[in-house]
Amino acid sequence: MSKNVKLRKGFDINLAGKAAKEMVDFEPAQTFAIKPTDFVGMQRPKVLVNEGDTVKAGTPILFDKAMDQVQYLSPVSGEIIEIKRGEKRKLLEIKILADKETSYEDLGKIDLKSTDRATLVEKLAAGGVWPHIIQRPYGVVANPADEPKAIFISAFDSNPLAPDMGFVLQGEEQYFQAGLDALTKLTSGKVHLNVNGAEQVSALFANAKGVQINKFSGAHPAGNVGVQIHHLDPINKGDIAWTVSPVGVVQIGKLIVEGKYDASKTIAVTGSELTKRGYVKTISGASVSTFVKGNLQSGNIRVISGNVLTGEKISMEGYLGFYHNQITVIPEGDYEEFLGWLMPSTKKLSFHKAIGMLSFLNKGEFKVDTNTHGEERPFVVSGVFEKVLPMDILPTYLFKAIIAEDFDEMEELGLYEIIEEDVALCEFVDPSKNDLQQLVRSGIELLMYS
Amino acid sequence: MKALQNLFDSIKPNFEKGGKWEKFYTLYEGHRTIAFAPDLTTKSKGAQIKDATDLKRVMITVVIAMIPALIFGILNIGHQHFLAIGEEVTWIDKALFGLWSVLPILIVSYAVGLGTEFTFCVIRNHPVSEGFLVTGMLIALVMPPHIPLWQVALATVFAVVVGKEVFGGTGMNILNVAMTARAFLYFAYPAQISGDQVWTYMGDQTPVDGFSGATALAVAYNAGIDGVPVSDALASHNASLGADFSFWNMFMGWIPGSIGETSTLMALIGAVILIYTGVASWKIIVSGFGGAYLMGLVMNLFASNEFMAMAPHFHWVMGGLAFGVVFMATDPVSAAQTETGKWVYGFLIGALTVIIRVTNPAYPEGIMLAVLLMNVFAPLIDYYVVKANKTRRLQRATV
Repeated sequence: MSKNVKLRKGFDINLAGKAAKEMVDFEPAQTFAIKPTDFVGMQRPKVLVNEGDTVKAGTPILFDKAMDQVQYLSPVSGEIIEIKRGEKRKLLEIKILADKETSYEDLGKIDLKSTDRATLVEKLAAGGVWPHIIQRPYGVVANPADEPKAIFISAFDSNPLAPDMGFVLQGEEQYFQAGLDALTKLTSGKVHLNVNGAEQVSALFANAKGVQINKFSGAHPAGNVGVQIHHLDPINKGDIAWTVSPVGVVQIGKLIVEGKYDASKTIAVTGSELTKRGYVKTISGASVSTFVKGNLQSGNIRVISGNVLTGEKISMEGYLGFYHNQITVIPEGDYEEFLGWLMPSTKKLSFHKAIGMLSFLNKGEFKVDTNTHGEERPFVVSGVFEKVLPMDILPTYLFKAIIAEDFDEMEELGLYEIIEEDVALCEFVDPSKNDLQQLVRSGIELLMYS
Repeated sequence: MKALQNLFDSIKPNFEKGGKWEKFYTLYEGHRTIAFAPDLTTKSKGAQIKDATDLKRVMITVVIAMIPALIFGILNIGHQHFLAIGEEVTWIDKALFGLWSVLPILIVSYAVGLGTEFTFCVIRNHPVSEGFLVTGMLIALVMPPHIPLWQVALATVFAVVVGKEVFGGTGMNILNVAMTARAFLYFAYPAQISGDQVWTYMGDQTPVDGFSGATALAVAYNAGIDGVPVSDALASHNASLGADFSFWNMFMGWIPGSIGETSTLMALIGAVILIYTGVASWKIIVSGFGGAYLMGLVMNLFASNEFMAMAPHFHWVMGGLAFGVVFMATDPVSAAQTETGKWVYGFLIGALTVIIRVTNPAYPEGIMLAVLLMNVFAPLIDYYVVKANKTRRLQRATV
C-alpha cells in the first residue's frame, strides 16, 4: 500500500553554513517566549497570566477565544517577566525567565488502550501539544471538534540547511511511537509517515508501526507535507486533513508516556555567518541570543528563526518560533551593487540561466544574503513557478485569482491544497520579486473568513 | 562608483516627498536602479533570500539574443544597397552605409519609446519597467530601411500607449507591443512598408538594369499566379546580379527585407541563446516552425497553384517567419501562459502564417497578422487548459 513517489520538479538551494551532525555546547537560554503570532489562524488570544506570576512547565499561558479547548502552555518553569503588546494592543510575546531546574505540572499519563477518542482529544488539547496538529486546508491549528480524513507526517525537511530529522530525534523512539499511536486514534483514515526515498531512512521512522510509510524523493519541496498530501490523498473542497511534524509527534508522545508538557527539542544552528554550527538541545521558545552572540563572523547579519525560505526575521535577542527547528544566520543584503543586474557571476545563486547568471556552473555551496536583487514588478516571465511546484496546480493562475479576489477561481484552482511553504520556492525564483507567500495567506484568509 | 552613488544621494532630496521634483521620483529611481542594483532586502516574513535574477536581466538577455540579427541587418542593408546600384565596395563601406540607415531608426525608436514610457510612469506614478528595452530593439528590427523616421516615432508612441500603457503597463498588455507598432504602420502608411520599392535602401540613386526590389514572398506569390514553378522563379530572380533567392541565400539572409528579419540563421542563433538561457519557451519556437512546415505540406496536398505546391521548408526561410517565431511569438506576456497552451499557440502561429501568405493576396507576409491574431486567442487557449486542470480537480473530489 505504501507509495513511492519520485518528484521531478523543484530546486535544491545549496546554501553555505550547514550544521555538522554533532551536538555542540551553548550556554542554556535564560528567557523564553510564547509568540501568539506563531499560531496561524489564532483570532483572539486571551492571556491567563500576569507579569510577575510564577509558572511551571505546563501551566496554561493563553488560549484562543475562538477555540477555547486548546491551551497554550508554558514551555519552562519560571517567572512571567513581560507581556509585550504592539499596535492596537496586539499580543506579541509573553516572556518567561526560566528557573535553573525545570519543574513540571503533572498533566497525567494517558493510557491509550483505555482512553476513548473524545477524552484523548480533550487531554491533548489541554496538554499543550495540540497546536502541533495543523489542519489542511488553510494551515491553521486544528479544531478539536473535527475528525480528519487522514493524518500526514513528513519525516524529512528538504528546506535549505534544514535539520536532519533522524538525527534530531535520536533516542526518542518510544515517544515517537506513542505519538503515532495517539494519532492513529484521532482518525478513522490512515496516518501517513512520509520518508525521504533518496537517503538511508533512520530506524526511528523505518520501524514505526501502525502507519503507512511512503517514500518521496526529489529536490525541495519534496519534504513539504502539502506536496506529499497532493500525491497521496489530495484535499478537495470540504475535506479536512491534519499534519504533524515529527517533533510534534515526539512531544505528543512525551505527554502520553510521561504525563508532562516537555517542550524540549533539538534544533540546528546554521548559517554562513556563524562560527560554531551544529545541533543543540533546547526548549521551544528559547531566546536565540545564546546561540548567536559571540558566535558571529561578521557584523551586518540577519537572524532567522526557521529556514531561509519560510522563516521569520528575528532580532539577536529574539525567540525561536514554536514550529521552528533551526535558526539560520545569513548576511544582510542592504547594499547597492554597481550594474548588479548585468554583471556576470558564478557566485550569485540563481535558478535561472539568464545572461551572466552562471551559478549553474558552480557546484559548490552558495553564500546568499537577504538582498532582493531587483524590484517588484508585474508577472512577466511565464512557466517558471510551474518548474518548482511539483503539484498539478497552475500557480500563476492561482496567484492571479487571489489578486483578483475571485473566490470561485481560488477554490477551483486548488487553494485548498497549498499553504505558504508550498509556494516559498516560487517566491524565491520569481524574477518579478512578488511576495507570494503573503499573497497565498491573504487568499486563504479570504476563503476562511468570508 | 562611490562618486556616482554620492551624486545620486545628493540629488535624491529633490525627488522625495516635498522636494521640487517629487513627481519625477519614479524616473530618479529608474535611473538609479539601472546604475546600481537596489539595496532592498527581503521582508521579515516569507522568503528571506531571493534569486539573483531580476526582470532587467531577463530583458537584457532578449536584447543580447537580438544583436546577431541587428549586426547582420546592418551589413545586409549596405550589401543590398550597393548590389542594387551595381557598385562594388568593401564590406566596411557596406557596414558603414547600413549603420547610417539603421542607427537613426534605432535611436528614434528607443528615444521616443522611452520618452513615452517615462511620461506615463510620471503621470500614473508607476515604476519604470524594463519591457521597452526589448520592444525598442524589436520595433527597429521590423522596420524597412527606407521608413521615414517620423513614422517610426508615431508607430512607437501608438504601440506604447495603445498597445501597452492603456492596459496598465509592462506585463499587462494583450498584444505584442512591437507587432502593434508594425501593424499600425502597415495599415496607416502602407506605401512605406509594403510593395517592391521599400525593402532596399536606394536613397536618390537609381537601380541597375535587371534589378528588382521584390521580396521572395512576392516573387513566389506572382509565380503562383503566372503558373511558373516557384523554385525556378526564386532562382532566376536577380540572378544576373548574383543575388538570387536560393534556399541558402535566404537562409543566410542576403535578401531584401526589414532590417532584422531577413536572416533565418541569425534568428536561430537568437533562438539558441533564448532557449539555452530559458528566457523564451522552446515549445513555442519548435511548434511554430513545425506548424509552418505541416501547413506547407497540407498546402502541397491541395495545391491548386505553384505557390501552394512550393516545398514547405522554403516557408522557414522566406519573409519574417523565423524572426517572428523566435522573438515575437515568444513574448511571455502576450503568448499563451500554460505549458500545454504554448504548444497550441506556437503551432497555430506557424500554420496561420503560411495560410495567410499563400491564400491572401493582400498580405504577402503573414507572420505579423498571425502573431497578433494568436495574441488575441492566447487567453482562449489558456482558458481551456486551465479548465481541464479544474475539471481534473473536480473529478477527483467525486471519486
